[in-house]
Amino acid sequence: MVVSTLATFLAMGGYARFVWPAYGLAAAVLLGMTVWTLGSYRRRQKELAQLQREAPEPRRR
Amino acid sequence: MRYSGVLVPWVGGVAAALILVGLYLALFVAPPDYQQGESVRIMYIHVPAAWMAMFVYSVVAGSSAVALIWRHPLADIAAQSAAPLGAAFTLLCLVTGSLWGEPMWGTWWVWDARLTSVLILFFLYLGYIALVNAFDEPVRGARAGAVLALVGSVNVVIIHYSVEWWSTLHQPASVFRMGGPTIDASMLWPLLIMALGFTLAFVALLLIRMRTALIAAKIRALRLAEVERQTRGMVVQQTAWS
Repeated sequence: MVVSTLATFLAMGGYARFVWPAYGLAAAVLLGMTVWTLGSYRRRQKELAQLQREAPEPRRR
Repeated sequence: MRYSGVLVPWVGGVAAALILVGLYLALFVAPPDYQQGESVRIMYIHVPAAWMAMFVYSVVAGSSAVALIWRHPLADIAAQSAAPLGAAFTLLCLVTGSLWGEPMWGTWWVWDARLTSVLILFFLYLGYIALVNAFDEPVRGARAGAVLALVGSVNVVIIHYSVEWWSTLHQPASVFRMGGPTIDASMLWPLLIMALGFTLAFVALLLIRMRTALIAAKIRALRLAEVERQTRGMVVQQTAWS
């Protein structure tokens, strides 16, 4: 019973091969944007921290 | 920008929750359409993505106007941070539209006014990103990009009215129209919740990307200062030798 309900759901009334790629791409785009955005944020933060360790900001005279 | 660090996790969290609720409503609660059957569920991705494509372009164009008129440094950063996100939403809109078009219209693509103008929007995003990065001086790239973004903003108006001005395969608006939405509440709610989720996700990502751009600017300034310090040292040394 549960299996057949799941199968009906996944079949999407015969439109499975259009509906699921659409939702898959949406997930990929949203997750991809998030991973990329957070990744570059962390990379830049690390880069700045390293730069400040190597050469502390010059004191204003 | 100072409060964005506190804001981002909340905005991002609410966005994720809204998208999950939207997904549940779109896939389990909303009924199949009496004409489109289950394929109508693509609309809960396609329509919010299309709204985002245009909304984000308005953000890019609006920030570009602020950057050109008032020279506010954050405005350029906002426009440049938003553009790749807008391009991603536009691509999502185009592909999901195609996935719906094949079973419903019998074709993946037609060169009608709506589809063509959205494709142009996608290329405008790419052109803007390429132009901004094509100059050695970031300031000149930003200015050239801002002008392109403003000129291209006419395309947003064309996209919106394309389904009324030209006879096209694409159906006219059923939500943002005079006289209110024409679709049933059971379909309107998942659409609106998903759209709000997409919008908040965009806001959270935009804020993080703007912070990233500010850090990058700081890195650039530090590097320049370092180079300057070294060259000054060399000049002093040369004077001592001569």
